[in-house]
Amino acid sequence: MADSTSGSNSQVGTVRVKRGLADMLRGGVIMDVVTPAEAKIAEDAGAVAVMALERVPADIRRDGGVARMSDPAMVEGIQQAVTIPVMAKARIGHFAEAQILESLGVDYVDESEVLTPADEAHHIDKWSFTVPFVCGATNLGEALRRISEGACMIRSKGEAGTGNIVEAVRHLRSILGDIRKITQADQAELFDWAKQLQAPLGLVQEVAETGCLPVPMFCAGGIATPADASLVMQLGAEAVFVGSGIFKSEDPAPRAKAIVEATTHFRDPTMVAKVSRGLGDAMPGLEIDELETKLAERGW
Amino acid sequence: MSPIVGVLALQGASREHTDALEKLGTTVRQVRLPKDLNGLDAIVIPGGESTTISMLLESSKTFEPLSELLADGLPALGTCAGMILLATEVLDGRSDQRSFAQIDIAVRRNAFGRQIASFETDLQIKDLEEPFPGVFIRAPGAQILNPSVEILASVKRETGEETPVFCRQENVMVTSFHPELTDDLRLHQMFLEHL
Repeated sequence: MADSTSGSNSQVGTVRVKRGLADMLRGGVIMDVVTPAEAKIAEDAGAVAVMALERVPADIRRDGGVARMSDPAMVEGIQQAVTIPVMAKARIGHFAEAQILESLGVDYVDESEVLTPADEAHHIDKWSFTVPFVCGATNLGEALRRISEGACMIRSKGEAGTGNIVEAVRHLRSILGDIRKITQADQAELFDWAKQLQAPLGLVQEVAETGCLPVPMFCAGGIATPADASLVMQLGAEAVFVGSGIFKSEDPAPRAKAIVEATTHFRDPTMVAKVSRGLGDAMPGLEIDELETKLAERGW
Repeated sequence: MSPIVGVLALQGASREHTDALEKLGTTVRQVRLPKDLNGLDAIVIPGGESTTISMLLESSKTFEPLSELLADGLPALGTCAGMILLATEVLDGRSDQRSFAQIDIAVRRNAFGRQIASFETDLQIKDLEEPFPGVFIRAPGAQILNPSVEILASVKRETGEETPVFCRQENVMVTSFHPELTDDLRLHQMFLEHL
């Protein structure tokens, strides 16, 4: 393992270094990859991090079966292939998978609804880990519950593997809209908000005071084009996760680079138009109403 | 008139630097395109992913004009990825990764290891009486290539070796750690005093 420093006051795994890595990823694109070769393409295109997983969500949706943590050999292969941070997914509540990923030295663990949940009531106690965690959320209550369990980054869930942005927009609007309402609430109303959201009062009060989540909020689930990235960034996401949207498209490398540039210049439609030209076909999309399984409904 | 400080805002933690500089009464401008560089008195390159920022500097055509300004003596503060981008040599970077070569150090990316080795420690900084809260996140480490580079702080490793983490050469200051993630404004103050 990496050597640490001298100084009796040196501490690893603090909230500040865990949330701090999420801060460093802001304004960037985190890309799902299933092989070292894909990880390299992602890094070449300017990804700030890669997410190692067994299958991209579109394939999980198509093939069914239980989706689990990646093979450790694959995670290690991806770590060797790139110099940017490597994240990996563990099943909801599967703390043993998370322990394995921590032992491999992954930089962030995603306790993810895209994999098949391992526990129907409990999420992982994320405070007990040195490695930081990101979790999905569809609304503010869910986000605050995950933060109370130790999550250091929240991503709006969207509906992974669909190439359809509508759910991501719904979740972002729900979380950010409720934050805006809470900042207008008086003290008595905050008790009711905490009850309605099923979230700890202390966190609700903190959100009311600061007007934002205590951890960075990124967007995931359904981003397939540079315009999608610009949309969710303008709605208030601080960075984007792209799963199937890159490697299920006709020509992954230029699309990946275009999404990176659109995420940086998201307020500049001329720039987004420029990078959107001639990218070939986006991934085939799915209508939400026709889905057999809604991944966003997993997690509690 | 207060100086205008640019904060490179292509990717990473530009907001925290903006907040710190504004608290000190500075006018701050976010820099994403060449036109944002006009009339700056200094530039801050924040933490983020250096390979990504390097790619975006190229694609936005900001690398060359910023490089010329730096060569003409534009004062610069670089933290973490910013240290890498200002260094003369990047030891294990990508072959296509360019840097501005404004401070004679060689930088090793992730010199302290992966995220699980990221740490906080109190640092003794030259010219500051009280220790400074050092926040190191997948932090780079410096090797000095020219005796005119001044080491303002270093961290002692388990091997006994001292790794420089805060260096200055003329009007370029670089840190491995993240002063912008703390409430302590002394380091930004030091930078502004040198303008």
